[in-house]
Amino acid sequence: MTETSYLYGLSGGLLIGFAASMYLLCNGRIMGASGILADLLSNIKSENWYRALFFVIALVTVPWIANQLLNLNAQTNITDNMMIIIIAGLLVGFGSHLANGCTSGHGVCGISRFAPRGIIATLIYLAAGMVSLYIFRHMIGIV
Amino acid sequence: MMHYLFSFFAGGLFGLGLLISGMTDTNKIQNWLDIFGRWDPTLAFVLTGAIIPMFFAWQISKRMKKPCAAEVFPANPSIKINPSLVFGSILFGVGWALIGLCPGPVIASISFGGWQGILFIISMVSGIFLAKIVKRQVN
Repeated sequence: MTETSYLYGLSGGLLIGFAASMYLLCNGRIMGASGILADLLSNIKSENWYRALFFVIALVTVPWIANQLLNLNAQTNITDNMMIIIIAGLLVGFGSHLANGCTSGHGVCGISRFAPRGIIATLIYLAAGMVSLYIFRHMIGIV
Repeated sequence: MMHYLFSFFAGGLFGLGLLISGMTDTNKIQNWLDIFGRWDPTLAFVLTGAIIPMFFAWQISKRMKKPCAAEVFPANPSIKINPSLVFGSILFGVGWALIGLCPGPVIASISFGGWQGILFIISMVSGIFLAKIVKRQVN
């Protein structure tokens, strides 16, 4: 059912928005996954590192517990192709860090404050994603 | 110490939202990008749902002296559109289309993402380190 999927999308989106709101109003920080991940990879045991650590621990365990308790049987449906996984991982990590943000930081937090960089970044990665999906799926047929 | 607790809550809520919204499913992301094929608009609902509370949060933050568990709010947004932002976003978009996952969802799905999720994270972390090196060279 697609309508159910939209409803789940909207509800999940609201939760993401509440999480980002809490992170801003309580911690004074922009909730961006790539930034938090980068914090986790630098200055071990600093305040930023511990903050990122607590964030990531909950980010991993809460979906795990919810998936078990609610019997969601969640699937990522990710490809088995190792080359694709490795190349995509490098692109996502390198690109989001170079751009200082991804879908959560630039997308959710940037657009909601009308930040020019967030809006531009989101438009660019959406366009790049749509063009490359077209090439990967309809021209080469690898995804 | 309170900010660690809020960080934990925010991370948990973020993960739950990603799971419920279906953003941990690579098919949903790739179909969202497939505007000339099996287009799935779910991501637009997710983004809208997330932006609404966050819009109000930014407004509320303007009326607060400081965050409740920290000293300062983020600085005003920069208007500098530099090559890093443009090239980084292009590369991110290409990788996003290739795999159907971005940094938040891949971490949220680590418990059910199998070896593929782990391999992706290792590769993504390598990409972050490479970007750190490049950034240091540029600056």
